[in-house]
Amino acid sequence: MLKYLKCRDVPHSSLRMHKALMEGTMLIKIIDPTAAREHEVTPQALYLDRRRLMASTARSMIAAGATGISGLMSSMAFAAKAYEKVPKGSPFDTNEALTPLKDVTSYNNFYEFGTDKGDPKINSGSLKPRPWKITVDGEVEKPTSFDIDDFIKTKKLEERIYRLRCVEAWSMVIPWIGFPLADVIKAARPNSKAKFVAFTTLLDPAQMPGQKSKILDWPYTEGLRLDEASHPLAFLAVGLYGDTLPNQSGAPLRLVVPWKYGFKSIKSIVKITFTSTQPKTTWNVMGPDEYGFYSNVNPNVDHPRWSQGKERRIGELFKRKTMMFNGYDQVASLYTGLDLKKNF
Amino acid sequence: MKKLSARQQLHLEKSVLLLVLMLPLARIIFDYFQDSLGANPVEAMTHRTGDAALQILLLSLAVSPIQRYFRFRRAILFRRLLGLTAFFYGLLHFSIYLVFDQELSFGDTFADVAKRPYITMGFSSLVIMLPLAITSTDKMIKRLGGPKWRRLHKAVYAAAVLAVIHYWWLVKANITIPAIYGGCLALLFASRMIRQTRNLSRKNY
Ligand code: HEM
Repeated sequence: MLKYLKCRDVPHSSLRMHKALMEGTMLIKIIDPTAAREHEVTPQALYLDRRRLMASTARSMIAAGATGISGLMSSMAFAAKAYEKVPKGSPFDTNEALTPLKDVTSYNNFYEFGTDKGDPKINSGSLKPRPWKITVDGEVEKPTSFDIDDFIKTKKLEERIYRLRCVEAWSMVIPWIGFPLADVIKAARPNSKAKFVAFTTLLDPAQMPGQKSKILDWPYTEGLRLDEASHPLAFLAVGLYGDTLPNQSGAPLRLVVPWKYGFKSIKSIVKITFTSTQPKTTWNVMGPDEYGFYSNVNPNVDHPRWSQGKERRIGELFKRKTMMFNGYDQVASLYTGLDLKKNF
Repeated sequence: MKKLSARQQLHLEKSVLLLVLMLPLARIIFDYFQDSLGANPVEAMTHRTGDAALQILLLSLAVSPIQRYFRFRRAILFRRLLGLTAFFYGLLHFSIYLVFDQELSFGDTFADVAKRPYITMGFSSLVIMLPLAITSTDKMIKRLGGPKWRRLHKAVYAAAVLAVIHYWWLVKANITIPAIYGGCLALLFASRMIRQTRNLSRKNY
């Protein structure tokens, strides 16, 4: 069986090398790209991802003994997915259908690149995620700073399939690659004064053109209580869908706190600071009665603009019910005795 | 070619205008079937119909200044079509919300209208436009009588103000675009005021 795919249909990062080798929209011959995989994976877990399709395609081409320059080139271009071998199947995974990669990477709130959801994909090309320095400081025994790749090298990467619930009442399901935030906390050895963890995004209007207008108080900052940050669900992501984080998703390092509204999951982090007092967080400063410090997903506390009882899963037309803590009930014990209506 | 009568020509012009005004809707339908409304098609449809409603509404308010400043006296002949199309897009905008956000639950809808200030504004705007749309026929104009009809139809300014507030209140941080609409509306008001003071000083008000 023969199928033709246009190179242009492939997301550009995996295309870059390919493009360098041959121009434009050349057609690649493909020998039955899906048949070999279909029995291996459940339909639900099947990535709706052209890149992966292309990667498996390249493999099956080699397996089929396809030779010639075209086969060689596609295998070079498509086998290179940075985190393909990272262990999957975390106990924290949801088994809900994944949001297609195309939607994950084209519908983003990342005001550093513009306020429209389509802007980050278009404008984030100016971000240079390598080289990148991460500083860990504040109330810790040994403040340090790392190069991002050295930082990642010391961590055991894994995949986590989490729900992401935006405060604007839409949600996605995303397979992240990364490591628990707790690993960083342990390594930093916070002292007895450390009660919170603050995060800061890069400040560089040349790389982040949205910072040229004073829409928010740049740089973007976020924060968690130390016990929240130490919870095994709290995650630092360096990739998604088995590959490096696209710029628009917060390259090279972003936070993922699945039981809180999406804006808590700060992107393109340059600094992690342990503090004794509650840190200032961007949206909370911008609208204290709209965006609380905690911002736990809570269907019973409405935002003045969005009713939080329901959400639209990207890919669906109608709304579904929102779950307390976005369905991550295991965090409830962090908040015993706390009035979540007051501390929204 | 036979020359068109004035009536026929007006009819033709209005048909062309209607076609142009339906372009936003045509684009939504086209993009829907092309699967190019993006990751959140319902949101895209809501935004595009809302934009069309507000833009056409402002255009309908610009008719008298256009008449005066561009000496395009016939512009008035197209105002009713503009107003009705604005209402049509407003209705479409509301219907999308009613179906996909509220799943046709009128109870939930009214609770939402009462609770969220920007929805209250949008809803009020549409509610104001409703009687204006109903009284837009020649028969209704005659029945109400010119002065009364004109007084009623001044409410269209209120509808526009409420729609701009609706937009202003729904954006999270970047108020640039609602501010532009607000600026247009302010210009329209200014032009109206200038004319009124002139008319007053000429004592032929
Ligand atoms: C009947 C009541 C109305 C309801 C329930 C309603 C609801 C909405 C909703 C849910 C949104 C999207 C908000 C978001 O994305 O966060 C919206 C946006 C908008 N609405 Fe309405 N609306 C109403 C009436 C109107 C009217 C009458 C107009 C104009 C004449 C209007 C103009 C707009 C505009 C311009 C936008 C923003 C579009 C954009 O962001 O590009 N709305 N409305």
